[in-house]
Amino acid sequence: MPDWMLWFSRFENTKILALLLFFFTFCGILIYVYTGKKRATRLESYKYIPLQDDEPELDADNGEEKHHERRES
Amino acid sequence: MAQTGIATTQQYNYDIIRKFAVMALVWGLLGMAAGIYIASELAWPFLNFDIPEITFGRLRPVHTTLVIFGFGGSALFATSYYIVQRTCQTRLYSDWMATFTFWGWQLAVGLGALSYMFGYTQSREYAEFEWPIDLLIAVTWVVYFLLYALTLKRRSQPHIYVANWFYMAFILATAILHIFNNLAVPVGLFSLKSYSLFSGVQDAMTQWWYGHNAVGFFLTAAFLGMMYYFVPKQAGRPVYSYRLSIIHFWALSFLYMWVGAHHLHWTALPDWTSTLAATFSIMLLLPSWGGMINGIMTLSGAWEKLRTDPIMLFLITALSFYGMATFEGPLMSLKSVNALSHYTDWTIGHVHSGALGWVAMITFGSFYHMVPRLYDTRLYSTRLVYAHFWLATIGILLYITAMWVAGIFQGLMLRSFDDYGNLAYTFVETVSFLHEPYVVRALGGVFFISGVLIMAWNMYMTVRQSRIESAEIEARIAAKMANA
Repeated sequence: MPDWMLWFSRFENTKILALLLFFFTFCGILIYVYTGKKRATRLESYKYIPLQDDEPELDADNGEEKHHERRES
Repeated sequence: MAQTGIATTQQYNYDIIRKFAVMALVWGLLGMAAGIYIASELAWPFLNFDIPEITFGRLRPVHTTLVIFGFGGSALFATSYYIVQRTCQTRLYSDWMATFTFWGWQLAVGLGALSYMFGYTQSREYAEFEWPIDLLIAVTWVVYFLLYALTLKRRSQPHIYVANWFYMAFILATAILHIFNNLAVPVGLFSLKSYSLFSGVQDAMTQWWYGHNAVGFFLTAAFLGMMYYFVPKQAGRPVYSYRLSIIHFWALSFLYMWVGAHHLHWTALPDWTSTLAATFSIMLLLPSWGGMINGIMTLSGAWEKLRTDPIMLFLITALSFYGMATFEGPLMSLKSVNALSHYTDWTIGHVHSGALGWVAMITFGSFYHMVPRLYDTRLYSTRLVYAHFWLATIGILLYITAMWVAGIFQGLMLRSFDDYGNLAYTFVETVSFLHEPYVVRALGGVFFISGVLIMAWNMYMTVRQSRIESAEIEARIAAKMANA
């Protein structure tokens, strides 16, 4: 086994490495999700997916199709 | 109503969802009945009747297996198949694969429960199945994974809705956990006995890595998938923040895998592992509460629904119990608190505030929403849903308060010393003290199962009503055709 690989066999190295890997990946996800106005609008638009699978409901008063209230953030 | 339903029932495979939903209720009733019986055995030990098959030691894994895998597992199969089809707007990839998962899962749960009663167990908590049943589960689970992934692949909707992410994490993590925790060498091809590949503290570590992640991915992530679909559907408004649901998903997935070792504080486990698990358990509070707030805030601006909609009551109360249990969990993972709480009934109370308050309540709410739609009808009785809700809530409160009293006092008694450094109480004095909380706990269970019986009746009548409606429509069409 090459010497540089032995570095990974030591717990005191890999514990910190794993911590840094996970921490920075998570920071990357946070930055990706909460930056960019267009991206924010696109991501938030996905929350309507469960409401799009319904058959159109008819309004009892006027017989027209009822639409779910869309709240834009 | 029946006309719109014809389209969806043809478009989607609802038959498999109906089967899993029915079996979830059947296993739920059997498992909870077993739970009440063993709770009563602890309060009144004569109930063991010297019959080995029904003693506490054998019936306890029957209870946990039937409620976790029978009730919870079947509910997850049902809701995951419902959600993946409706949010991807496509039919399940294969009907035979879906049917295979149904029979594979039911067979595994049934055989498991029977084998424990006859004394066959691997003695690994929540993984007591002997190796042939483990193999059956592994094959069933791989088919489930393939079916789910292939259905997602053929979706009509470009984006995969977040509920499906939670279900996929649950399916993947459960496969890894099940396979690694059950690595064992059978004694012989025709023997149920096998020996684990791990030994000593590694064995304990593997077991609790499995055990806590069964809680994390089977009983939490997957039921969060249920929450992210059914709460917005029942509320008729989208989830509070989709971006928060993404952070919730990744944070939960990152953190849960590390916390299993908090079940092994003050044992032969290295101290750093124990501390790591406690640290990650505390951090886990953030995504857990983020998810709970995201779910509850979905009702923002429509709180009046809690006064008028009992299904919404189930869903929001489930989220409240989720918040409570995920606060209590990190608290109990602290080494100093664990020194008092571990090996006492506080742990049992904590588990049940999650299992009854979160898992069962979110399932009930989801089923009340889903089952009428599966049969293209309305719920038979809303009043019965209210009755179920209050019975379940009173049952849970009786259960967990009894276990808090039992556990905290038990812990305090076990570590009380007199002025000379001797133990202040004998072990049997703690057992004697537990009798009354145990009676209250059994009573809580009776309340809870009464609610489930009412639900089963309500569901049966809903299905019956759907059949009557269909028969009436068919009769009317036949009459029109005859007149024409």
